Amino acid sequence: MKKKLLSVLLCLAMTVTMITGCGETEEPLDPETQAMVDKAISDPEYAPVPKESMKVGVIHIGDPAAGSGYSYAHDQGIIGMQKEIGLTDDQIVRKNNVADDDPTAIEAAITECIEEGCVLIFATSYGYMDTCEKLSEEHPDVIFSHGTGYKGNGTNFNNYFGRIYQARYLSGIAAGLKTESNKIGYVSAFGKTLSETAGGINAFAMGVYSVNPDAEVDVKVTNSWYDPEGEKQAAQALIADGCDVIAQHCDTPNPQLAAEEAGVFGVGYNSDMSKDAPGAVLCSVMWDWSAYYTWAVQQLIDGTWTGDNYYGGMSEGLVTLSDLSDLNDPEAAAKIEEAKAKMLDGSFNVFDGVIETNEGTTVGEEGSTLDDATIQGGIDWYFKNVVEK
Amino acid sequence: MIVKFLVAAVLAGTPLLFGTLGEILNERAGHLNLGVEGMMSLGATAGFIVGYKTDNFVLALLAAFAAGAFGALIYAVLTVMLMANQNVSGLTLTIFGIGLSNFIGFYYVGKSAEGTLKLPERITAQMRSVHIPVLSDLPVAGELFFSYNPFVYLGIITAVVLGFYLFRTNAGLNIRAVGENPAAADAAGIHVTKLKYLNIMAGGGICGIGGAYTGMITNGGVWISDCVGGLGWIAVALVIFASWKPVKAVFGSLVFGAFRILKYYVVKDIIPIPDAFFDMLPFLVTALVLVATSMRQSRENNQPAGCGINYFREER
Repeated sequence: MKKKLLSVLLCLAMTVTMITGCGETEEPLDPETQAMVDKAISDPEYAPVPKESMKVGVIHIGDPAAGSGYSYAHDQGIIGMQKEIGLTDDQIVRKNNVADDDPTAIEAAITECIEEGCVLIFATSYGYMDTCEKLSEEHPDVIFSHGTGYKGNGTNFNNYFGRIYQARYLSGIAAGLKTESNKIGYVSAFGKTLSETAGGINAFAMGVYSVNPDAEVDVKVTNSWYDPEGEKQAAQALIADGCDVIAQHCDTPNPQLAAEEAGVFGVGYNSDMSKDAPGAVLCSVMWDWSAYYTWAVQQLIDGTWTGDNYYGGMSEGLVTLSDLSDLNDPEAAAKIEEAKAKMLDGSFNVFDGVIETNEGTTVGEEGSTLDDATIQGGIDWYFKNVVEK
Repeated sequence: MIVKFLVAAVLAGTPLLFGTLGEILNERAGHLNLGVEGMMSLGATAGFIVGYKTDNFVLALLAAFAAGAFGALIYAVLTVMLMANQNVSGLTLTIFGIGLSNFIGFYYVGKSAEGTLKLPERITAQMRSVHIPVLSDLPVAGELFFSYNPFVYLGIITAVVLGFYLFRTNAGLNIRAVGENPAAADAAGIHVTKLKYLNIMAGGGICGIGGAYTGMITNGGVWISDCVGGLGWIAVALVIFASWKPVKAVFGSLVFGAFRILKYYVVKDIIPIPDAFFDMLPFLVTALVLVATSMRQSRENNQPAGCGINYFREER
């Protein structure tokens, strides 16, 4: 009997320790505010939602507390929006660690947000897309905003993403000027099979080409958004092959750490990775999601919400390049500034004109630029200086 | 390039080697401990946090060992004393270990000023590759044999010591007897429960050091949550590949390490095989080894007969 009791106690202890890590309780709204929310959300025209009754739900795939990374970057955006608009803490409902391949869990998390009175849901991961589409039909009075996908219904379900390739082009300039071996490594989660990664690689390679036509960009693919060991090993293999700048499109800073260990340089992603590998990082390609979150919430407050998809870039402040570190080539700052100015005034859009691929074919037409749909879903080729390794 | 590949294979194999050695010790004691991943996670966190706080490599290693042994102690209490199902307890330990490790990591990341944890200078220098005068400077051989971080040498020494312990000492004979047939061992006057506790905990500690490797070396001294990333499960498969022999585990982990990184070193123009094939290789080979050993029917290469079955003294 004693043994049974002890085993039950041990199991309980294990469960309790696990649970304390997750979840946070939210106080219910007071009846008056609830009534206002109900009134606001019952109006199908998306009448302005008063700031005081605004309530935002956020669905994270990970835990923002884990530090630099995907969920952290999104949560920084939410915190930025909260400050900018001036919302209180209980006007934000966070659901963390919602696996994006588990429709039941996604639906439960979103439904909880709605029951707690959220009028706007930010679903930050790709896999939430279909559940958002389904729930947006069941809850026409709630607005679903889904990040990184491509679906939307033009009313209460939209999509948001950004022109990260603009910042990647600029980081390519820094890498192209820095390399001495004329071999630049690129650790990517996926390759040509996904337009997001292929577009990023191409923009980076075009940035490299603009300042150093002799350099090649060697790409290694890990087949995973999150593979600490694989990302490190891929970077080390590239360095062993002679690459002296390592760029990345994956979640951990391990490629940058491998570069630092080997005494070469790198370009970080997602957050400013110079705090992880100060001896290697030239600059980092970063998202500032607060630009979109602030914009979206403000639209709702002003009553100007249209439900259109959002595809922001450098000019909206959604996509940025971190400050250049001291390791950069002296020319880099000026060259990057020049290209950035052209992007901002609209005279240069990265995927302009005829683009040569590494298979000898061409993409695009003289005098035009690739349209957003192609950039988001149709890039299945590599720029001419890209080598698959 | 081939030398670089072999060096990378050794580095990829080292955390697997520790995990495998720890699990071999568990299974030799008759306990199929599926908590390797959890014990490695605990070790990774303890090693990292202690290294971060004290800047002392040896203390970090001891902490990693202690944390792994602590995880194994929970498992041992559940399965040896309370006779809980071994598979379920092991799985629970995995979930518990990963959860607790991330929880502690989040806590420290939250307290840090920059939102990131990076090990201090001195320990980073100590845990990086050793440089032995003359030997490390030899062409090829220097890089192949004398250029690794201390974990690699520690792993090989541990494997040799464990091999000697299990197959050349009385204590090892006893624990093998416990793993094969605890009732007979008990009748022969071996203290079954004590030996099980000791070996399970030592195994857990060794797994913990493997975890510290992922936390400190693979991730270059920066804290990353879920840093073990499934290596514990590969170690469980590797035990079968090594047919429960520590010295064979050195070879096995080298092979598995090589498979894990092969896709980054194969020249795509010459061998156009999809990456997924390489990701599958270690497990395919494990399956083949399982089939091969079962066909040979040699008792020597089989799982210890008592492994996975709890020993009720009263039911003898």
